[in-house]
Amino acid sequence: MRISLFITCYNDTLFPETGKSVVRLLERLGHEIEFPLEQTCCGQMHYNTGYQQEAMPLMQRFVEIFKDAEVVCIPSSSCVAMIRDHYPKMAEATGDPGLIKAVDRLLPRVYELSELLVNKLGIEDVNAYYPHRVTYHASCHSLRSLHLGELPLRLLRKVRGIDLVELNEIDQCCGFGGTFAIKNGDVSAAMLSEKLRCVENTRAEVCTAVDNSCLMHIFGGLHRQRTGIKTVHLAEILASTEDQPSEDEAQS
Amino acid sequence: MTIRVGEAAEAPSFQKAAFKLLDDAQLRKNVRHATDVISGKRAIVVKEQQDWQQLRATASAIKQHTLAHLDEYLLKFEAACTAAGGHVHWASDADEANRIIVDLVKQYGGKEVIKVKTMTSDEIGLNKAFEANGIHPHETDLADMIVQLGHDKPSHIVAPALHRNRQQVREIFMREMGLSELTDEPQDLTNAARQYLREKFLKVKIGFSGANYLLADTGGVCVVESEGNGRMCVTLPDILITLAGIEKIIPSFRDLEVFLQLLPRSATGERMNPYNSLWTGVHKGEGPQHFHVVLLDNGRTRILADPEARQTLHCIRCGACLNTCPVYRQTGGHAYGSIYSGPIGAIVTPQLFDMEHSQSLPYASSLCGACYEVCPVKINIPEVLIHLRGRIVREQQSGANIEAIGMKAMARVFSSGRRLEAAQRLGRLGQWPFVSEGWIKHLPGMLGNWTAVRDMRPLPKQSFRSWWREHEKEKKEGADG
Repeated sequence: MRISLFITCYNDTLFPETGKSVVRLLERLGHEIEFPLEQTCCGQMHYNTGYQQEAMPLMQRFVEIFKDAEVVCIPSSSCVAMIRDHYPKMAEATGDPGLIKAVDRLLPRVYELSELLVNKLGIEDVNAYYPHRVTYHASCHSLRSLHLGELPLRLLRKVRGIDLVELNEIDQCCGFGGTFAIKNGDVSAAMLSEKLRCVENTRAEVCTAVDNSCLMHIFGGLHRQRTGIKTVHLAEILASTEDQPSEDEAQS
Repeated sequence: MTIRVGEAAEAPSFQKAAFKLLDDAQLRKNVRHATDVISGKRAIVVKEQQDWQQLRATASAIKQHTLAHLDEYLLKFEAACTAAGGHVHWASDADEANRIIVDLVKQYGGKEVIKVKTMTSDEIGLNKAFEANGIHPHETDLADMIVQLGHDKPSHIVAPALHRNRQQVREIFMREMGLSELTDEPQDLTNAARQYLREKFLKVKIGFSGANYLLADTGGVCVVESEGNGRMCVTLPDILITLAGIEKIIPSFRDLEVFLQLLPRSATGERMNPYNSLWTGVHKGEGPQHFHVVLLDNGRTRILADPEARQTLHCIRCGACLNTCPVYRQTGGHAYGSIYSGPIGAIVTPQLFDMEHSQSLPYASSLCGACYEVCPVKINIPEVLIHLRGRIVREQQSGANIEAIGMKAMARVFSSGRRLEAAQRLGRLGQWPFVSEGWIKHLPGMLGNWTAVRDMRPLPKQSFRSWWREHEKEKKEGADG
């Protein structure tokens, strides 16, 4: 299948290893990846912070760039949620019938990574090898907007060598919330401290998720407290094989 | 229009209030315990209700329909209530409602009023208006009584004294009731409250209530509660005055079937409220002989006029969104500076009250969506929060705002792939003053809120798009070779 990758602005800038893993994984599974270089950002940060006017052209750009894609893969549930939950309404607000139709047609072809693998490609065992104790953090958008449910866990359970441990209070927000972590830094920190306690209680070496935004937040706290626990995007675990361990592993 | 009355007085911003409250270990323990208990009970009774999602959808549809025909239903209610012997008054704002109610109490020669829990009376600052006119209001709901006797403020929509534990309640009761002996056993505390209240129930001639529902077809009023104090207030006195926001109306008696299933399960984790009081006008020789309803607007029609926000008026005040909210669970209700706290408060308060601090409330959420998930009438609170943020940004548009400048600059960066790439390069070069030993531990300005408790990885040497170009080239060469 020809899969168009929307890497998202923060993965592109801060977490290139996630993008590389998505490419390596999907190519290993025999798919052809396309990465339109004109892509930038879905507009979520602007939209959610109240700068809806500034988010408008970003929505239009996204639709223009991906409108002819066979499928779009996005390794971030919060960006998928932005697109699914808000693009139709935003398009409607422009009153442009062409754009409304384009959004309507594009949305069913937009997949978060685990949705793409399990629901679209029908695969759970991606032949990954990751010999570590891992706990899975369910990000809020993956839970309540995309309703991913067990999808990421089904993929993780098939990974060889993995020691998967359940995270307590899995439905609790880690306190990131985009600009919330800055605007309400103190409450965000209080929320984070509870999440860190749950992560530490699992005695995992690695905390994973389908969103690097939450992981950046959780890791920020884990590292400040010198817990030694790492965070790794789901894509990196799935891309990891015995022959070619994850990027991080290769460095260490 | 002046609507800054009573409890709706100016308060510190959410951030400032939260900063202080986060240091109150006792309060956080109490809030955590109470919200855990209520949420746990709720989850069990919601799960056993097979048609829960259909009930939610139905309730939402009833509310939408009613709000679309609000004028008709209100007039229908007025006609039916009047025909049954009640008196209907219309109040456009808090001042007018207070005046009407105080005048009624004076007209009947009352010096005291017994009250069953009503948020709307707190919204308009009725108790202050009573006291200013020499009328003494007695709160009879246990939690409201604890708040009143403790000279405190409510911190939760359903359980206003949720921030107090029984040791604290014991101290308040002993001090305010003049008791020399009292344990903190629930039974002892309940007995003390009961003794204190019984005298008021029997003596005071004027009862005051809010309304959970106004029934347009019968002109009836419905109040649900758990302690029986409400039943006393609406049956024992000679005179009964009810204050209700105009959004409390539902088309017919039959619609109660939906709401009386949703509300108790959402609010207190009960299958049914222990007391469901319903009355229509007056009945000779039985119950209050004079009945008045004050229908309050106080900003509600303004909310109704906004298509993006009008779902706010669906709220049936169950408090489920507070109990599940990870923000509320850290701070409790006082951080919101309003009688309406938690996620629903964060959308109600900025729309009802034109206050400075309420501008901070739509940002008091990580948009995690837990509130929407539990809302029995399907209010998409995150969506309304985002809408209100947009309104605040539009109203505060001035070039000198650092956040606005940053956001606009970012929007420009995102306007092309090349610009983003240039910004990534610039970021990598510009970050060195903040990087020490491979980590960012201190950032200036607002970004310092991040590094206060979190480290950050610096920008990596290569962006994904730059790696992709190399990858493409390698693949092409591989294919050519």
